[in-house]
Amino acid sequence: MKYFALIWKNAWRKKIRTSLTVLSVLVAFLLFALLNAIGFAFRSGEDVSSAERLVVLNKISLINPLPISYQARIGSTPGVAAVTHASWFGGYYQDPRNQFAQFPVVAEDYFRLYPELIIAPEQLESFAKNRIGTVVGHELAEKFGWKVGDRIPIQATIWTKADGGRSWEFELEGTFRTDDPRGSTAYMLFNYDYFEEARAFGKGTAGWYILRIAPGADPVEVANAVDEQFANSPNETETSTEAAFAASFAKQFGNIALIVQLILGAVFFTLLLVAGNTMSQSVRERIPELAVLKTVGFGDVAVLGVVLSESILIIVMGGVLGLAIGWVVVQGAAQSMGATLPGIYLSPQAMLIAAAIMVGAGIFAGLFPALKAMRLSIVDALARG
Amino acid sequence: MKLLNQIAAVTALNIRNLPQRTGGSLVAVVGVAAVVLVFAAVLSMAAGFERTMLSAGAEDTAIVMRAGSTAELNSGLSNDQALIVANAPGVLHDGDSPIASFELYVVVDIRKKSTNEDANVPLRGVQAGAMDVRRNVRIVEGRMFEAGRNELIVGRSAQSQFAGLEVGNNIRFGQTDWTVVGVFDADGSVSESELWTDVRVLQTMYRRGNSVQSVRVRLEGPDSLATLEKALADDPRLDVDVLSEKDYYSSQAEPLSRFIRIVGYPLTVLMAIGAVFGALNSMYASVSVRGTEIATLRALGFGPFPVLVSTVIESTLLSLIGGVLGGALAYIVFNGFQVSTLNGASFSQVVFDFAVTPDLLMQGIVAALIIGLLGGFFPALRAARLPVAQALREL
Repeated sequence: MKYFALIWKNAWRKKIRTSLTVLSVLVAFLLFALLNAIGFAFRSGEDVSSAERLVVLNKISLINPLPISYQARIGSTPGVAAVTHASWFGGYYQDPRNQFAQFPVVAEDYFRLYPELIIAPEQLESFAKNRIGTVVGHELAEKFGWKVGDRIPIQATIWTKADGGRSWEFELEGTFRTDDPRGSTAYMLFNYDYFEEARAFGKGTAGWYILRIAPGADPVEVANAVDEQFANSPNETETSTEAAFAASFAKQFGNIALIVQLILGAVFFTLLLVAGNTMSQSVRERIPELAVLKTVGFGDVAVLGVVLSESILIIVMGGVLGLAIGWVVVQGAAQSMGATLPGIYLSPQAMLIAAAIMVGAGIFAGLFPALKAMRLSIVDALARG
Repeated sequence: MKLLNQIAAVTALNIRNLPQRTGGSLVAVVGVAAVVLVFAAVLSMAAGFERTMLSAGAEDTAIVMRAGSTAELNSGLSNDQALIVANAPGVLHDGDSPIASFELYVVVDIRKKSTNEDANVPLRGVQAGAMDVRRNVRIVEGRMFEAGRNELIVGRSAQSQFAGLEVGNNIRFGQTDWTVVGVFDADGSVSESELWTDVRVLQTMYRRGNSVQSVRVRLEGPDSLATLEKALADDPRLDVDVLSEKDYYSSQAEPLSRFIRIVGYPLTVLMAIGAVFGALNSMYASVSVRGTEIATLRALGFGPFPVLVSTVIESTLLSLIGGVLGGALAYIVFNGFQVSTLNGASFSQVVFDFAVTPDLLMQGIVAALIIGLLGGFFPALRAARLPVAQALREL
């Protein structure tokens, strides 16, 4: 630390060169932040899934429904503490581009299974009581400007009503949110009773079941017990933890993580070259100075340290600035586009990885110039100067 | 003329002594190469996906679904309604019978080879007319499925991406066993991502009675779409949407390719900004290394303008080399690379190849030239303004 002034002066010896290097490092870490946040959205909520919740799907595929009679049978399976169901509605608001998820659910059961969803008790109560009531994630209410009491028509793409209509009208009874910054609530819940009564076909079924295991129960055993009950029936089930289901679903998109890593690999490879080149130019120009340092008593290791620290300093300056800008952009996007681009989030892990990359890249870029500086022979260097 | 000669002379001199400045030049080249590589690779996903989706759509083929359903998976039509559609005016006939296929579109879970996880693979029930409606589909291995049996034919792309789809294999969906009896080719279009079977068999398996999800018909000509649309709209027994296959598939492709572009272009712009900084850096270094040389030239009577132009040319040339390298690398590594993804619009997997198109390569080269011009201009300005006497004194 006592050499900081020296390192700082050295780093800014050529202002334009150092500024340009810092700016390219900044761009690299800004890309890192943005790509990580988008990659996070593709994990389909894997990180916010509960380990105590299991999802029961039709084994053929998740578009196939399950009989509603399964609710009681799943509920009485040993190790199951609570169970409810949800279905996919697949509608849109006004324009087919305004796609968001809508789920017919049993209001109180659903919120009991998802305690992380925060809703005012009186809103939940009036939602449960109003047959055509609905509650939406706060992101949707903000995006479309909905207020409690509003009538919201949703156009069905799958579920025509028994009367042949495709427009389902709901009355907004409240909004819900989650405190977890990683979670998104950009969806709509409405009453299963209304759905069941009004739909033209598919009666007596639910899309999937969600269950919570009893404290101390083994999720794998419970999942097997549920699936065994329905084995060899026309509707076999596949039960997995919510996290496993989310992870498996995320993989349907293909390996987004790999694509992100490849891009970042190209970015950081270039970055190393830029920073390494800056450092070697800088050391080359300073050979006489470094020799003087050695002459006045700086040891080999001290010279090595000074050059390496300079390299790390330049990358950390750019990196911290880049991450900070990235963080602001991601926060802004999560606030203003939470309904369009749900789930973008810059995780603390990503920040830690970025910090490790900064130090690593700093050492790597500075290593050869620093070794060169360390090995300088005073006599030769001064003679050249 | 004299000016041009000077520019040529200074530029030639610059380029001849480039090898002495390899470090900095290499950084500029690699920086630009990385930009063009990432740009071409990311955008080639959008291009390949669109090519796969759009090449499936013919203008003289119509797809009829229940009104408002936006995708086949959501639609539902009764057998009676489907018959009305097939016999409507505008539909091409082969002898007495209309060229039409009643179809069911569902998804089944099959393991994806690359991730070893279940994926939503589209399973389509078709009628014998399906092959006449889609002229690009042909069996390339094994045989067609037999009506009434649990037999599948699989698209070529589906076979390469999903596990266990070799001819002769048995595969189980729920309670039913199926045999893969053939492989079909569809000129690389989205149909190749699908598995096909007899629609009647699929209706039984999915307990759909005799309802279908869509009817595909060959039209008498592209103009017949309006005729068909009007006839169906006027029929009180029907409430359907009529789309040309081409329009249907472009609407299915739009959300994903738009997403890739929304991410891809800003990504490229950001990376390009980073590369401009890199190029500026190496060109400033180049100018400072050549300080004495430039001053000598100026003392010999060369004007500031040729010095400026030659520096910009050097920078642009390095960028161009980087752009060509990046583009070539993108083409070698990514072109034709096959992946599959979940297309949100159809909620099922689409297998497609990355397509590094000439258009993308051109855009990449243009980006490289812009980076080179920007990265060269300010250092060139400095070179041109270099005070001659002072630079020579530094000798």
